Order: sequence, then structure tokens, then C-alpha cells
Amino acid sequence: MISKDEVKHIAGLARIGVSEKDIEKFLKDLSAVLDWVKELQEVDVSGVEPMAHITGTENVAREDTARDFGNKNNITKLFPEKKDGYGKVKSVL
Amino acid sequence: MIRDLHNKLINKEITSLQLTEEYFERIQKKDKELFAYLTLTKESALEQARKVDEKIKKGEEIRILEGIPGAIKDNMCLLGTRTTAGSKILDNYIAPYDATAVKRLKEGGAVILGKTNMDEFAMGSSTETSAYGPTKNPADTERVPGGSSGGSAASVAADEAVWALGSDTGGSIRQPAAFCGVVGLKPTYGRVSRHGLLAMASSLDQIGPITKTVEDAAIVLSEIAGEDLRDATSAKSSGKRYENYLTGEVTGLKIGIVKEYQENLKKDTKELMEKAIETYKNMGAEITEIEMPYAKYALPVYYIIMPCEVSSNLARFDGIKYGLSVNDQKYSDLPASLREALQAGNRSLLETYLDSRKYGFGPEVKRRIMLGTYALSSGYYDAYYLRAQKVRALIKKDFEKAFEEVDLILTPTSPTPAFKLGEKTEDPLEMYLSDVFTVTANIAGVPAISIPGGKIKEGGSELPFGLQLTAKWFDEENLLRAAHAFEANSKFKNQNSKP
Repeated sequence: MISKDEVKHIAGLARIGVSEKDIEKFLKDLSAVLDWVKELQEVDVSGVEPMAHITGTENVAREDTARDFGNKNNITKLFPEKKDGYGKVKSVL
Repeated sequence: MIRDLHNKLINKEITSLQLTEEYFERIQKKDKELFAYLTLTKESALEQARKVDEKIKKGEEIRILEGIPGAIKDNMCLLGTRTTAGSKILDNYIAPYDATAVKRLKEGGAVILGKTNMDEFAMGSSTETSAYGPTKNPADTERVPGGSSGGSAASVAADEAVWALGSDTGGSIRQPAAFCGVVGLKPTYGRVSRHGLLAMASSLDQIGPITKTVEDAAIVLSEIAGEDLRDATSAKSSGKRYENYLTGEVTGLKIGIVKEYQENLKKDTKELMEKAIETYKNMGAEITEIEMPYAKYALPVYYIIMPCEVSSNLARFDGIKYGLSVNDQKYSDLPASLREALQAGNRSLLETYLDSRKYGFGPEVKRRIMLGTYALSSGYYDAYYLRAQKVRALIKKDFEKAFEEVDLILTPTSPTPAFKLGEKTEDPLEMYLSDVFTVTANIAGVPAISIPGGKIKEGGSELPFGLQLTAKWFDEENLLRAAHAFEANSKFKNQNSKP
């Protein structure tokens, strides 16, 4: 029900590097799960509103004001690559 | 157990330092075999214990959890401490802030012993998908402790912690509590803030306690519950101390038994369920059979909604902001060809993403990200995600109808007791089925608890069996009251064994 090319496409969308062996394994595992959840197709859902929030909470608003995080160094020191206190990213253009 | 220890502290029979050191000693003795902990925070724990002792010495009042040692599942941020969520991709991640639930425990004066092992990003039912190796079940070390909060459940069961926090997306607090013979509570969705919990599936995740007794679970819940500006889905604070509702009385409470679940129960499970029903009847509760026609779809609904949310939530792990980044040769497990490419220094941004996620995530996490990405991809959204959200609405209606007739629903927590290590790792579907009784509570957002309900003999071992009670939205009072009454009236009560 799902093809090798589709698995490659999905891996690309998900930004996960895959080997040929991985693709075979995903093909088998994903097909098994997708086959199993097919059961839902038998449910009559006509006129049913899809669930949005389980306890019915809506529009929780707060003041749009900046708050100081505190020790920013706790965050910047986690950057795998950094320069002058900024996170360094490979060039995208 | 917490109340006893609290009284001993204020009566100066023990000190928090003695208590904390005793737990560390026990961890040192037992945890090589069990592997419940990933990280110990001994220094800060002892410091906190001394602080509490100082307060007691000065005659200051202390709070109920103050000075009592416990553990935190490793997917909750603890400031300045390694927080891996059981994944290699966060092997070097030091939490830059405290999760709200953790912060509230700290403010309550609790002593934090360390961070517990778990399935990678809470994806699993056995703690075997942890990148750091599996935790063993203290009742039988050839068996899994359940998952994903397996480290938290095992630590409490083995007296390596008085209390522990877990997180529950499809049963990850209740199922390991059942497998290890302790109490596990998943509160109503929104009862506890999720801020600082490493997100798995945001519409299903909920933090809750794993403890030896129902009263302890109530005490920990009272400490961590309440509204939080940093989690817009957190519910208004009830201001209640849940431990004050444990009257031991269930007279007049209506408990529902789900008709659809009765057919496939195994003999041992059925017998223990019948015993539990008898116990409740003898205590004056009313037992009614109820129908939940859509309950059988809860598991497939879960395995669509959860991976969709997973694929979106785990997009943040990209090798750029924090965690493992395969853009140099620091990481030791790389094949030679990639090492050469990295040395040449011409890897693109896209390749950094692909490599970091390829080597950072384990197989189960990748499987779920892939599944969710597929279900949300163009052309499939209506057939999978939207349909699942509609069936989810029907399952919620099942619960609404049930709760017009009854106050609580009684089921087993899991279809089987703890299985053997390695028994289900090869077949993901087989593993997924162990969540069949627990996922419905997450799908519907209702609170549920697992309590010890007896023992099942299997392969020469006596394995704990868990009973699950489910209550209406935000009715933790009745949930805990009924669980506590059962505990008090059954012989399965956990001994206040140590110390």
C-alpha cells in the first residue's frame, strides 16, 4: 500500500537520513501500521465535528509583553556551533 | 508513606539528610541491576535535605513534601541538569530552566534524587527503546518495568525513591505502575502544566505522580497541579488538597464495567477483575455494566493522532539549536565515509539536518516521525488525521454518555502482566497493543489511575496486576477516593516497607 519511492519522499519531508536497508524496514513497518489503522475507515463519521480541544478550552490570551528569561548563557552554551554569542548556521544561499 | 515520613521528620525521629542518604545508598546497591536512573543529582539533593533539617531545627513549619526524596522522569527539565528524554540526540543537553511541575516540587521543598530512565522521547511501553539501555522490573529482573515511565515506576517499587514524576501520553504512567505493582495517576488533561515537559503529543501528554500509595499520589498531585501562564492548555487551579478527599467511603458511588472489554480478557485477569468488583460491592458501591461502542477504535485513533503530533513536535531537533549535531567529527559512531565528508567540510545545511536526525534518533522515534509525516502529507490529511479527530470526538461522546450513568469506570490497566525483555521489540504492532485499556483516557482527556489489584502467576514469578479507575473530567476527588478505599480494603496495599 506504500511504495519505496513514497518512503524516500516521506524521509525527505521528515529530514531523516535513510539507507537502503532503512527504507526496506520502514516500508514493512509503516505498511503494517497503516494497514491496521484502516479499521477507522469503517466508522460512519458523517456530520461529526473533528475534535479541536479535549476539555473545550478556547482563546487563552495573555498580555503580549516581553519577559526576561534570566541567564541567557544557559541557552547559548547549548548551541553546537557559535560565534560571538550567536548560534552559527551553515550558509543557506 | 509521605505523611509517615513527614511526621517522623517533624518529630525529629529522622532527618531529611539521613533519609536522603539512605535512598542514595539503596540506589547504589540496587540500581546497577535495575537501571532506573539515568542521572543522579546527589549534591543538590543533600544540600536541599540539609536546608530542610535546618528549618526543622529552628522550629519552622515544613510542608508535606518538604525534605522527602523523589525522582523525575528524564523528559522534564531540571535546571542545570542533563535532560536526555532517553535519546542520544539530547545526550549533552543541560536543561536551561525548570519544568513548571518540577519548579513547584522544588518550591514545596522536595528533595530530587535524580532523573529516571524512559523509552526514547516516551515512545514505547517497556523502557526498551531508551538509547541508554532498558530498566528491569524489580518484581522480576528478566521482565520489563513497562513504559514509557519505566524508570520512575521501578525506582518507586524498589524503594529507590519515595515518589516519582512520570508523563502519560497513552498509558506511560499507568502501565509501568501496574507492571511494577505501584500507584500511577494520569490527571485530567490540563490539570498539570506541560511547560518544560519535552513534548511528545501535545494534545495527549500529561504529567502525574507514581507512588507507593494512593494518598501519596494525591499529595504529589496537590503540589504540582494548577494553572500556568506558560501552558495555555493548563486548567484553572482547583485550589484543592486532593489528600483531604480520601474518606475511605464509596457507598453510593456508581462504578461502570465496560461490556465491550469483557470478551477478550484472559482468565487470570478476569478473576482479579471479578474480585475487585466484589470488593467494591462489599464496600457499598453500585456496579453497572456500560457500553462504549467506539472504545475499540481508541488504539488506531491514537496511532494516527500521536505520530502526527510527534512528527511536528520533534521537528525542533535539527542539529542547529542544541543537542547532537553531525557537522563535525565529535560524534564517535559515524561511518568512515561520512567522517571523510565531514573532514572535507562541504556538508550542506540539509545534510546536517539529515545526518543529525539519522544518528540522533532511534528506530521507534524515526518510525513514528515517518508515520506522522506520511499521515499529514498532502493528499492524506483528510483520510487519516481529520478522520481520526472525528472518531476521537465519538470516543469522547462515549465517555460523556457513560458518565451520565456512572461516576467511575473500572478496567484492567493492561491486558497482560509484565512481559519479558526482548519479547515484543521485534514487532511494533504487538507492543502497541499493550496500551489498549489506557489510551482511551488520553484520547478523551479524562483522569485515570492504576492501583495494585493482585498478583498473576507466570513462569515461576508472581507478577503485579494493575486495576484502572477512570473518572470524569476534573473529578480527581472521586477517582482518588475510590482508589484509596479499594487500597484500604484489599490486601494488595503496598507495605510502607522502607525505611
